Amino acid sequence: MKLSLNWLKEYLEITGDPNVLAERIARTSVEVEDVTQPGAGMSGVVVAKVLSVVPHPDSDHMVITQVDAGEDEPIQIVTGAPNVAEGQLVILAKHNSRIANGQKIKKGKLRGVASNGMLCALQELGFDEKVSPKDFEDGIWVFNENDDVKPGDDALVALGMDDFIFEMGITPNRADMLSMNGTAWEVGAMLDQNPTLPTVQLVENGSKATSELISATADKQLAPKYKVRMIENVTVQDSPLWLQRKLWNVGMRPINNIVDVTNYALMTFGQPMHAFDYDKLTTKQLGVRLATAGETLVTLDGEKRDLRADQDIVITDGATPIMLAGVMGGQSTEIDATSTTIVLEAANFNPRNIRSSARRHDLHSEASQRFERGIDWNATEEALDFAAQLIAELGNGQVQPGVVVATDTAKANVEVAVTLSRINHVLGLNLNVADITAIFAKLQFPAQVTDETFTVTIPSRRWDISIPADLIEEVARMYGYDNIPATLPVTTATVGKLTYKQQVIRKSRHFLESLGLNQAISYGLTTDEKAQMFTLDAMANITKLDYPMTQERTATRMSLVTGLLDDVAYNVARKQQDVALYEQGRVFYRFGDAVRPTEVEHIAGAITGKFGRDTWQGKAKEVDFYTAKGLVAAYLNQFDFVASISYQASTDFKEMHPGRTAAVLVGEQVVGFVGQVHPAVAKAFKIKATYVFELDLQLLLDLAKNDRGYQPISKFPGMSRDIAILVDENTAYAQIATVIRENGGQHLVDIDLFDVYQGDNVPTGKKSLAFTLTYQDVNKTLVEEEINAAFTNVVTALKEQLTAEIR
Amino acid sequence: MSLQDRLNELKATVLTQINTTDHLDHLNEIRVNTLGKKGPITEVLRGMKDISAEERPVIGAFANEIRDLLKDALELKKAELENLALNAQLAAEKIDVSLPGTDFEPGHAHVIQQIIEQLENQFLGMGYQIAEGPEVEEDKYNFEMMNLPKDHPARDMQDTFYITPEILMRTQTSPVQARTMEKHDFTQGALKMISPGRVYRRDTDDATHSHQFHQVEGLVIDKHITMADLKGTLLKVAQELFGEKHQIRLRPSYFPFTEPSVEVDVSWNDVDENTKPEDIEWIEVLGAGMVHPNVLKMAGVDPEVYGGFAFGLGPDRFAMLKYGVDDIRNFYLNDVRFLSQFK
Repeated sequence: MKLSLNWLKEYLEITGDPNVLAERIARTSVEVEDVTQPGAGMSGVVVAKVLSVVPHPDSDHMVITQVDAGEDEPIQIVTGAPNVAEGQLVILAKHNSRIANGQKIKKGKLRGVASNGMLCALQELGFDEKVSPKDFEDGIWVFNENDDVKPGDDALVALGMDDFIFEMGITPNRADMLSMNGTAWEVGAMLDQNPTLPTVQLVENGSKATSELISATADKQLAPKYKVRMIENVTVQDSPLWLQRKLWNVGMRPINNIVDVTNYALMTFGQPMHAFDYDKLTTKQLGVRLATAGETLVTLDGEKRDLRADQDIVITDGATPIMLAGVMGGQSTEIDATSTTIVLEAANFNPRNIRSSARRHDLHSEASQRFERGIDWNATEEALDFAAQLIAELGNGQVQPGVVVATDTAKANVEVAVTLSRINHVLGLNLNVADITAIFAKLQFPAQVTDETFTVTIPSRRWDISIPADLIEEVARMYGYDNIPATLPVTTATVGKLTYKQQVIRKSRHFLESLGLNQAISYGLTTDEKAQMFTLDAMANITKLDYPMTQERTATRMSLVTGLLDDVAYNVARKQQDVALYEQGRVFYRFGDAVRPTEVEHIAGAITGKFGRDTWQGKAKEVDFYTAKGLVAAYLNQFDFVASISYQASTDFKEMHPGRTAAVLVGEQVVGFVGQVHPAVAKAFKIKATYVFELDLQLLLDLAKNDRGYQPISKFPGMSRDIAILVDENTAYAQIATVIRENGGQHLVDIDLFDVYQGDNVPTGKKSLAFTLTYQDVNKTLVEEEINAAFTNVVTALKEQLTAEIR
Repeated sequence: MSLQDRLNELKATVLTQINTTDHLDHLNEIRVNTLGKKGPITEVLRGMKDISAEERPVIGAFANEIRDLLKDALELKKAELENLALNAQLAAEKIDVSLPGTDFEPGHAHVIQQIIEQLENQFLGMGYQIAEGPEVEEDKYNFEMMNLPKDHPARDMQDTFYITPEILMRTQTSPVQARTMEKHDFTQGALKMISPGRVYRRDTDDATHSHQFHQVEGLVIDKHITMADLKGTLLKVAQELFGEKHQIRLRPSYFPFTEPSVEVDVSWNDVDENTKPEDIEWIEVLGAGMVHPNVLKMAGVDPEVYGGFAFGLGPDRFAMLKYGVDDIRNFYLNDVRFLSQFK
């Protein structure tokens, strides 16, 4: 909301730098996002009277005018303004003046005729299109003769552009500050002043009692207050400058004297108001009810709206809805230039209904905003009287005697009690009774003090205060947060430590980083299709958003790899061919009919291109299956599981290369997979050969680990034997290693594969593998004979079990 | 020639040989030739049998003196030549140390993770626990127990991805607070926790908005927790993230789950006793307040006995401010050139 400082000055004595006041407001009540002066940087702009208008000899759209700017001689101005006419009071930007955006006006010649300045439209002075009055949209601004301006006056002042406008970020609790009156109370409390608020001297000199002209009925639940006044013999015309100025300075477009007054009352009291054209009402019976099925309404903005049965509150004239209550008026009863009899409505509508109507119809109006948050319960009738009287004055009409009241629900004053000790306890202060009493007095909250207990009567404008904590906040902000000391909590001792799971997750992250993988954080929401790719749990179902924002984010992810592939694709598209990423995060598995998914911690990686960089020492290696597997193996070894880790060729993962993917097992438990992304999938992601792994971190946490213990280091030297064998090319390394281990004897401590070869000198269909077997004993030096015997066992077993040929 | 003369002559000759040689091998030859069993000194000493008993000790002593002298000279020369040889070797082994070392490029933690971990470490040190909770949450925990009933106006501030009317993507990590409070046994002492994590809002992604971001929220509940404690704690947080010389200011704000509620700004510049207030540039970094009694009640905590504070901050926003990241989407697109900047 915009706050006009000039307007506020009508209620309070305010001097000094507006920025200082703004800072004070920000520290005491609500955020002030910006302070601006509309006319800042402009100068030499005055009111001028058009003395004559003659056609331009060489132009069919320009005219030559002589204007009186309060100087000795008239000034000649050439203008293209279509609406310029003799006798008008207009805005003149003189020679050497500055208008909006720092633009300088200089005298010059237009088609050969001297022009000593420029006649201005409001937009040329920086007015927003949205607040400039419509009548002058295509031409220069013309003052009204009654506007109390004369040639030579500073036009910037006349237009209110010397005002300071505070852009206020009003929090939902401070509905009171959505009005000038409420703001005056608040700033008054800050400045320790009692605001002088507007008063009404109502003259009811109309010809007929309101109740003879119109009736109104309302449901108390929908409209706890519903009141109507009428004004007759009104002339609809432009509002006087003082009113237009106030409205545009708070961001509202002046329309006509009737609508402007309703807006003015809204801004003053925070009480939304609506004016109907009496003659356009088909019956003279206003009603307030919920919309019924199939009803529609054309609102003031020209939109035809389907009303929501039993949800939208409508105002009816007899049977037909004529307004979406509290949100926007209807076109059929709109005030226009010919209106003479005005029905003025002031009401209080149920905030819940208004909120849902505004949301569902996407119509967040000044009115709905206030009803939603709560208006001053006791201001309705005063605002109604104020507006009726002003409409009568500005429209030369008469207020009809009496108010038609459909509902007028009374509400008891809210009283809240809080103790001095409670206030000090919560704020960490040592205030005394007098300090607190002074604060409530500044806020103009009536308060009784008994035994250090304050019983405070909450003014009806302050909907937000209902419990002691609310009063404590009032004390805190008025006392000043700057004055509260900074201490640290003193509690019983608490232990701050990471849980086992948190420790493992941290260690996992650091470990993978040290291996050269960058941590990625990808999106948790993805497309339905991607959400279901690479999932480790075939039984899990997808979890979809009810009302997604975009096609790209419709469901929660069921694997991390998919997001990583998006990341790889993003990098590859930007010529970053070498990518090594890991991610730790949750996947969402929904089982059976459950609505909520189970969230499982996973850890995954994706590598493509080269691992490391080419350097002067040599070329970096292109990543392959074994790079990925090596990462997984190094990572899993850290856990020291009781059960052994194994990798089994798998075709279970349909997005993975069927010949280059292994399920990762700890004991019998599948904990994840590692392998190459299926080339078809890679193509769909627009990426090259990419190797990935994904592991269920929760399983890794849960699986049994070895107890840590010390193994004595042998003092006796080990001995080794090399063996090279030829086997069928389909024999897996794992099978060979198993045969060696099982037949190696008790002293075999290491099996190292140091060569795998196929090609020249190896028969087709065969492959050659070479191993070093290391033997050692903790208690003694092994003798040659023992090792020879053990080694012979291995050789025999390899020959017999794998038909290996020893080379 | 007397034995003395022979010895003197030998000394002169050998010293000349030693001084003129520049090879270790040659030096060794000299040593063997001079001091060896068949060398001249031995020979002189052997000739002692022919001289008188009176002269014998004199000549003997003199011969030994010459031998020691030559031995020292040989050792000295040897050290000198070895030193030269070593220097020559070192000169030959010189390499270009400016060439890059073997490439070990570790990966890096994500910048948001780094900020979260920094905060976690600070709060662990202050005795807080790190609590976690589901990202797919119940409306009850995400909103209702945070004092945000279904038609609360503040729900507008948080557009939500719903899965069903009761299940949603959490919009804040505060539901973790509700869950932890519900479980906490206050007879065992204070609850001090932070809840870092991922949150979601129904927003269109652009440079400053992301439908996914992170939060770190904190909560302390005990019998004697004050707003001054909140202020002191937040000052520690700000100084941890921005530096010891930064200050904070609190401004009134509104959150349904705290009362009083404040917005917390941190000074962008350093502040000391000489800094003028008007020279401080404040930036909004977090929201906080004293836990609303309704929030305590709904979690089964008696607000007459217990109270405390809560705060929430966004690591994404911190990272953007601290490192001048101008587009929030950078955090989730994982461009390796972006990730690897944060060592």
